[in-house]
Amino acid sequence: MSPTAKPSASRAPAGIATWRVEPGAAAVELADVTFGYDSRTVLKGITMTIPRGKIVAIMGGSGCGKTTILRLIGGQLRPRSGTIRVGGLSVPDLDADALYDLRRKYGMLFQFGALFTDMSVFENIAFPMREHTELPEELIRDLVLMKLQAVGLRGAAHLMPAELSGGMARRVALARAIALDPMLVMYDEPFAGLDPISLGVVGQLIRRLNDALSITSVLVTHDVYESLKIVDYLYFVSEGRIVAAGTPEEVRASSDPFVRQFVDGEPDGPVPFHYPAPSYRDELFADVG
Amino acid sequence: MSAETATGGIAYWLRRLGGGVTGGIANLGYASRFLLAILWYTPAAFRRIQLTLREIYFAGVLSLVIILMSGLFVGMVLSLQGYESLKRYGADEQLGILVALALVRELGPVIAGLLFASRAGSAITAEIGLMKTTEQLAAMEMMAVNPVARVVAPRFWGGVISMPLLAALFSALGIFGAYLVGVRLIGIDAGAFWGQMHAGVDFWPDVTNGIIKSIVFGIAISLIAVFEGFGAKPTAEGVASATTRTVVMSSLAILALDFVMTVFMFRGATGV
Repeated sequence: MSPTAKPSASRAPAGIATWRVEPGAAAVELADVTFGYDSRTVLKGITMTIPRGKIVAIMGGSGCGKTTILRLIGGQLRPRSGTIRVGGLSVPDLDADALYDLRRKYGMLFQFGALFTDMSVFENIAFPMREHTELPEELIRDLVLMKLQAVGLRGAAHLMPAELSGGMARRVALARAIALDPMLVMYDEPFAGLDPISLGVVGQLIRRLNDALSITSVLVTHDVYESLKIVDYLYFVSEGRIVAAGTPEEVRASSDPFVRQFVDGEPDGPVPFHYPAPSYRDELFADVG
Repeated sequence: MSAETATGGIAYWLRRLGGGVTGGIANLGYASRFLLAILWYTPAAFRRIQLTLREIYFAGVLSLVIILMSGLFVGMVLSLQGYESLKRYGADEQLGILVALALVRELGPVIAGLLFASRAGSAITAEIGLMKTTEQLAAMEMMAVNPVARVVAPRFWGGVISMPLLAALFSALGIFGAYLVGVRLIGIDAGAFWGQMHAGVDFWPDVTNGIIKSIVFGIAISLIAVFEGFGAKPTAEGVASATTRTVVMSSLAILALDFVMTVFMFRGATGV
């Protein structure tokens, strides 16, 4: 089956639950996607392919529409135009039940973890298992401990989210995101606000879990240094458009002004330092004569 | 002011008025749809009854102290004030019936409702609003768990179930407070106090009307609390204003609904 072909049971929950992408086929495809709120257009003709089993980063400055792309893939938002396919399924065309069934194959790590504050670490990871499976309690316990062991926090199972550091919370959220062995994991700013050690740990965990579990990862971030170490491909988004793309090697060698400004952290360039404003001189001397 | 400016001013205020009215109607529509969604997901929420029991604990049990203490003091004050008035007409032995009817029919449901909105309604709004702000609701959605079924419906029903029980306890403690002041402090005959109450207060319509009111108030407060929390802007300011709106809207809803229901119940009882 080609990656763009619709599965025969695209609206049947059972069909989605058992559906698999063919080896080599794209896990996620966006074609000419446009999205906006009221009169403001956030994304303008976004086209990208995320192959199965790869880690793809979507990079760009704050407010450029990166997280919106994740929300579109997750079906939380609907595009104005264009197509969004996950494993061949057209996400905007799914009804509520089919969308919820598809989401069972997703894992998502939110920017600050989004752990349930009234549940312990153990309960947080057990949550999706209890919601979607009929597994006996002993098996859930073993699975939770295995997930926690994978992120190095088995000893923190009894802690509450308020007792965790930022890095630990991110790792618990990662364990929860892979609780049901998803097909696709989306990471929204997984490196934001982490100390260098936690940053390295989370980065390596993303790579290791992606390879060990044969999942596909989409990473929304503006941490160039950490991303270049772990991802397979990068898309650069600016003002709602893809302005550059390539492998980490291509990005490092790129002479594209935007990529250079982003990678080198230059304050001015294609992304201007100054917010659009009238002439400085005119404004300063507005009251004079 | 020129005529043109005055016309512009009138147009501005008309636009604001129109916007306010249509916005209010739209909000009422959203709230109705939200209530339907809650009812739709109620069987799913009740399948895991421990979620609703937990909310009854948070909304009901943790509100007990303020409800019981308020009930006691309201009953005591009512007894003092009632005695002063009844004594003028030599009807001080009617104190029991006065206090009981006032509490069971009106004060119990209304004051318990106002306290419940302030204590539990605001807490429900703030909790759901903060869950939204910290992306917990979005995380739930992305885990294919419906937040209305998992978070909203149990809190709604926790409030609806707790409210009549709290109103009943408020009235009971109020009557006990009136007994302490009227019988123990002032010295009204205990037999007359309880006997008049027994003879003058009917289960139907007096007690049942109070129960109906407290159930309606419970539905109104719980719906406003979960609706405001779910619709709160995901910022600190948004949650704060949603919490304030819950208390204000609930209090106004309680007083307005109380008037409307009292009119119907009064007509039903007297045939006026």
